[in-house]
Amino acid sequence: MTEPVLAVSGLTKTFGALKATANVSLDLKPGEIHALIGPNGAGKSTLIHQIAGTLRPDSGMVRFMGHDITQLGVAGRARLGLGRSFQVSSLAPEFSALRNVMLAVQARQGSSFRFFKPVMRDVSLIEPAMAALERVGLAERAKIPAAELSHGERRQLEIAIALALGSKAFLLDEPMAGMGPDGSRALTAFLDGLRTEAPILLVEHDMDAVFALADRVSVLVYGRIVASGTVEEIRADPEVRRAYLGDAA
Amino acid sequence: MSVSRDTILGIVLLLVLLMLPYAALEAGKPFYVTLATRMAILALAAVGLNIALGLGGLVSFGHAAFFGVGGYAAGILASHAFAGQPLDFGFLSVPGTKTMPVIWLVAIAVGGLLAAAIGAISLRTSGVYFIMITLAFAQMTYYFAVSWPAYGGEDGLSITLRNGFPGVNTLVPINFFLIAWGLLAAALVLFAVLRNSRFGAALQAARQNEVRVATIGIEPYRIRLAAFALSGMVTALAGALYADLNRFVSPSMLSWHMSGELIVLAILGGVGRLAGPVAGAMLFVLFEFLLGGLTERWQFFLGLVLLGVVLFARGGVVGLIAGRPRHD
Repeated sequence: MTEPVLAVSGLTKTFGALKATANVSLDLKPGEIHALIGPNGAGKSTLIHQIAGTLRPDSGMVRFMGHDITQLGVAGRARLGLGRSFQVSSLAPEFSALRNVMLAVQARQGSSFRFFKPVMRDVSLIEPAMAALERVGLAERAKIPAAELSHGERRQLEIAIALALGSKAFLLDEPMAGMGPDGSRALTAFLDGLRTEAPILLVEHDMDAVFALADRVSVLVYGRIVASGTVEEIRADPEVRRAYLGDAA
Repeated sequence: MSVSRDTILGIVLLLVLLMLPYAALEAGKPFYVTLATRMAILALAAVGLNIALGLGGLVSFGHAAFFGVGGYAAGILASHAFAGQPLDFGFLSVPGTKTMPVIWLVAIAVGGLLAAAIGAISLRTSGVYFIMITLAFAQMTYYFAVSWPAYGGEDGLSITLRNGFPGVNTLVPINFFLIAWGLLAAALVLFAVLRNSRFGAALQAARQNEVRVATIGIEPYRIRLAAFALSGMVTALAGALYADLNRFVSPSMLSWHMSGELIVLAILGGVGRLAGPVAGAMLFVLFEFLLGGLTERWQFFLGLVLLGVVLFARGGVVGLIAGRPRHD
């Protein structure tokens, strides 16, 4: 069995009386898309925050690429290669799409304390950034400020940033959110190819996308993982059908 | 890459400022040379603030600390040189000096160290707390100066004779103006280079979206701390010049009025714009002089102008003339 890239074990987080994350264990293996689904309020966001480093768990451990990253901050985890996209787009709004991606390239090169060379003449930043924009189909919008991009384009830009970081694993929080049907289909096809580059932990409400993409699905309800398995197993699981999918699924 | 209108405006304003004292001399009004020098020095201080405030979005209400510390560096070194007494640090004693470049280096070093220390603590907060904590630190330096009798305490410290620059007679007002103008021009080049660099990109991105910057693996805190220290260095250099202009340093250079004045300059001119501090300082000194000649309550009218800028012209004067900033 291959070593998982990302492994979460026994993660617990409580807010007052609320157990937002209750002894959650899951992992992400090379080359796979592992989807995390669950009804609203199930604690998906809280779990993602703990994996990304914005929240510290009360107990449990997060391991990434063989390192214990439980105590590491957001920036430290990103430097190890944990790429993340946000549920609500989070970009530098005044910067063009290109400059947003260039910043990621710069971060990957680990060199933000350079004070002299102008970035807009730095081919080592521009070329990888343009390549990432091209891959997500945003090359023609490279010069547009992020604030003026459409919602779907901003989602694409987030993916481009994650690509430019050369991440070893992607943490994608509802990348399909707010996208039209065409956009969702295009993004689904894109993510399908992305898994060979780095595995993806995908939080998603769009069930078509989840069932089309996921190698494994874990279902989170009230902070606990109630089921985990292949798409077929999850579809057939009576408890999941009752708790989440509804009888129509 | 095309030259932005902000840059062109910056060059034009610098040239106008350069011509101002010559026009004054031509018109037989040498007093105006001092006015132009004041513009250049305040603009230099505001360029420093603009690194923290404009690029980094760090609303420092404590830049008077760096301005004043630069001033005291000049005053203290000059007074020791004048009295022929070395500065005694216990373990080592250093002679005073009346050479401007040496004084500048000391001012820059002391300003940078103080900014790094204040920044290291203040930058752990943000928003209103950051404003208040920088104000508190600056007031601490103010009261420290007030209660330190060795260097004049509340009365301040006179510089008997303006400090010298190798090969230049600094007692001639136009010569001193040219020195201040040259340093302002150099600081503007530094600002422009910094803004376009990788460091500048990270700093400006951290202002726009801190979470995004952390998510790609850059620590906003470190970037901001370096920016804050750089900012303090430039403002301290301006303080050293200001002391030489007035041949006098007093705790008022460290007071919160001074911090407020610098913020007013920056907002009036246009926050984050290259030409902003120059436009702001020229306008400010002009108001002070023109309105100050008419009424003692000139600051009331300055307040009205500031109100107008904040309500109707967020980008300040530069925003009105050069339009919104573009990041291509």
